[in-house]
Amino acid sequence: MKNRTFFWFILPSLMTMILFIALPIGSIFIQSFHIEHGAVLKEVNNCGPFGCKLEVQVDVKASEQLKNDKPLGKFNGFGTYTNRNHLAVNEVSEAWEKSPTFKDFLTKTYNLPFYRALAFTLTYTFVVTPMVLLLGFGIALGVNSLPKQFKGPTIFVSLLPMIVTPLIGSLILFWMIDAEGILGSMLQWFFEDPNLSLKASPTLTWIMLIIYGIWHSAPFAFIVFYAGLQTVPMDTIEAAMIDGASRWERTRYVVLPHLVPLIVFILLIQLMDNFRVFEPIVGFSAQASATSLSWIIFNDLAGGEGSFFGSAGATSVLTILGVAVLLIPVLIRTWRDFKGKVV
Amino acid sequence: MFLNKITIAGAFIVLGSTAMAGCGISSGNVKILSNDFPAIQSVTAAASACSGNGVSVEANLTKDHKDIMVAALTANPAQYTSVITSNSTLVTLMNDGLVRPLDALVAKHGAGLNPSQMITVDGKIMAVAFGANAQHLFSRSDILNKAGVSSIPTTYEGVLEAAKAITSAGLMDYPVALNTKAGWNLGEEFVNMYMGTGADFFKPGTAEVAVNNDHGVATLNMLKSLVAYSNPDYLTYDSNATQAEWEAGNLALATMWGTRGGAVLDDEGSTEQVSSNTVLTGAPTWGNNARPASTLWWDGISISANISDADAEASFIAMMNGISSDVIKANNSDTVWLGVGYTPGPAQAGVSATAADGAAPYPMLPFMGTLHGALGAEISDFLQGNESAEQALADIEAAYTAAAKEKGFLQ
Repeated sequence: MKNRTFFWFILPSLMTMILFIALPIGSIFIQSFHIEHGAVLKEVNNCGPFGCKLEVQVDVKASEQLKNDKPLGKFNGFGTYTNRNHLAVNEVSEAWEKSPTFKDFLTKTYNLPFYRALAFTLTYTFVVTPMVLLLGFGIALGVNSLPKQFKGPTIFVSLLPMIVTPLIGSLILFWMIDAEGILGSMLQWFFEDPNLSLKASPTLTWIMLIIYGIWHSAPFAFIVFYAGLQTVPMDTIEAAMIDGASRWERTRYVVLPHLVPLIVFILLIQLMDNFRVFEPIVGFSAQASATSLSWIIFNDLAGGEGSFFGSAGATSVLTILGVAVLLIPVLIRTWRDFKGKVV
Repeated sequence: MFLNKITIAGAFIVLGSTAMAGCGISSGNVKILSNDFPAIQSVTAAASACSGNGVSVEANLTKDHKDIMVAALTANPAQYTSVITSNSTLVTLMNDGLVRPLDALVAKHGAGLNPSQMITVDGKIMAVAFGANAQHLFSRSDILNKAGVSSIPTTYEGVLEAAKAITSAGLMDYPVALNTKAGWNLGEEFVNMYMGTGADFFKPGTAEVAVNNDHGVATLNMLKSLVAYSNPDYLTYDSNATQAEWEAGNLALATMWGTRGGAVLDDEGSTEQVSSNTVLTGAPTWGNNARPASTLWWDGISISANISDADAEASFIAMMNGISSDVIKANNSDTVWLGVGYTPGPAQAGVSATAADGAAPYPMLPFMGTLHGALGAEISDFLQGNESAEQALADIEAAYTAAAKEKGFLQ
């Protein structure tokens, strides 16, 4: 394709990408370097139905001019990134110097909100992603060997977890695993422990969220693998059968190598998706035991009264960096494959 | 026939004009943003009756009102002309100068209001309160009797003793509940309990937090003793969950919002045994302090700053119509109404008792919301037994300080 034609060809998508991806990220980046202007406080007498009290209020007029001149706020550099609620540089280095053992250092670091969220986010990503690949591949193989008339309905049922909106799916499960819900009471009966509660212990909450994640994402891997299985060359399979390859050997040496590009694709999408885990934490009311980077951003924007735009911006930028670091190995591999193929 | 038609038509005109006289608005746009509970539904429904004849009244009732109010009122013209605020949300709006003083409007249209309804800040009326709310004690008299507890506890130490009696009598495993869902709810429980010590949250006149002290430690320990008698899922319990547990008969002693009183006492959603034995009393005190461990809240009307004066006046008149004594009389059991025409009923006995016992209002401080957020996030670790009370308080202080610097309250 001529360069000129190529340019006109991709111009519309380039424009939309700049408008909807590059500009918002740029604005988040700029916002994360700013904090609000110093508030001028004054003591005034507040009265209401429950009496009067001398209380501090913000003197809005005093900083009005400053706010109009610099609506972004006060420039703070990397101050928000390094403060206690984010990377906590001072707290971590102090913990490093003062902790007698490495375990003590980890405990102290885990007490900081950002690292606590990072710990869950990474655990979730690295457990859910391989499990989704395995389970999706297993279901695809199973469905592929079903008689023709059962395939349609089975595929539909297998896709259901992905069709349900994540927040709704997790809310439904939240009530099912309640001590009085169907799953919760079955578990109590099974383990003969009337006090067993999946919502009470952090460990069980983590396991529950991870199982939810696998349940929700496996259909995606399944449908991609199932489509891939339809393209496996039959003559190679038949040749392998004539050579006496067992079912396992055929899967291992013919089917799997054929599906490698799909595995890389699912890996890429799942790493990105799982790193920004969010809905199940809200749906399961799990924030006491598990938080994620995306949940912190949400909490900064909508957790209480008034929003922390600088904090939310900083965590967003850190999340983007995290995704980039995770994806680099996969991208390098894809690039090598690409270079190998193209002359 | 002809005459009849004329009389009917005439009657309609008269009715129409009286309706107009009732509201007294000839033109203007009224858009209301508010939380969503029964008292507010009554108020906005009555205010909406003013629409027609060139006046439009729209209301958006959502429990997420806090998340959108600042952005919606910062726009010029503001997206809502009136916000139904409370102690905490009014301060958030005032921090950015988004609501206007109401002195002139009250002088012109507020003849029927009680003086105590005025929320004045630095001498200016910033909101007109119409209802009061507080968390207080709900008890099951039948369960307490069976456990041999003769009277309803008035202190949290008494609540603990009663809970112990109930569990050791084998009546219930988890008789106690507070609204302890991690986040805002849990933060509110700390605020309530700390209020009961009589100590201040901040060093006077500054934004420096002052909860990292003996009062803070005692508060955390009391909360931990109480949740020991709560269902292990307590960190997921918000006010909908505690009400459901109460109505299911699973609780004997609970601290819940006054606005839940009506729903608990009515004949829906529960059995006769639960609703007839539910007793509403004031919030308990603790630690030999006189002040009840609760915070008083008001709900009131505020008018946006960034709108035309005509719309502001129309909104104020419509809202006055929403909180008129007719509305109060028709919806008497919705809340503790502060306006003329309210008769105290059994569903509000707990809130009234809490106020009469001398509970303090939720602090109207610009940085209280920031502290509340830090409390809600940092306490759960202590309650789960992962860290000491001292460590939890140090975490609260550190989290608050970092957040308050970002908000510009601390330098």
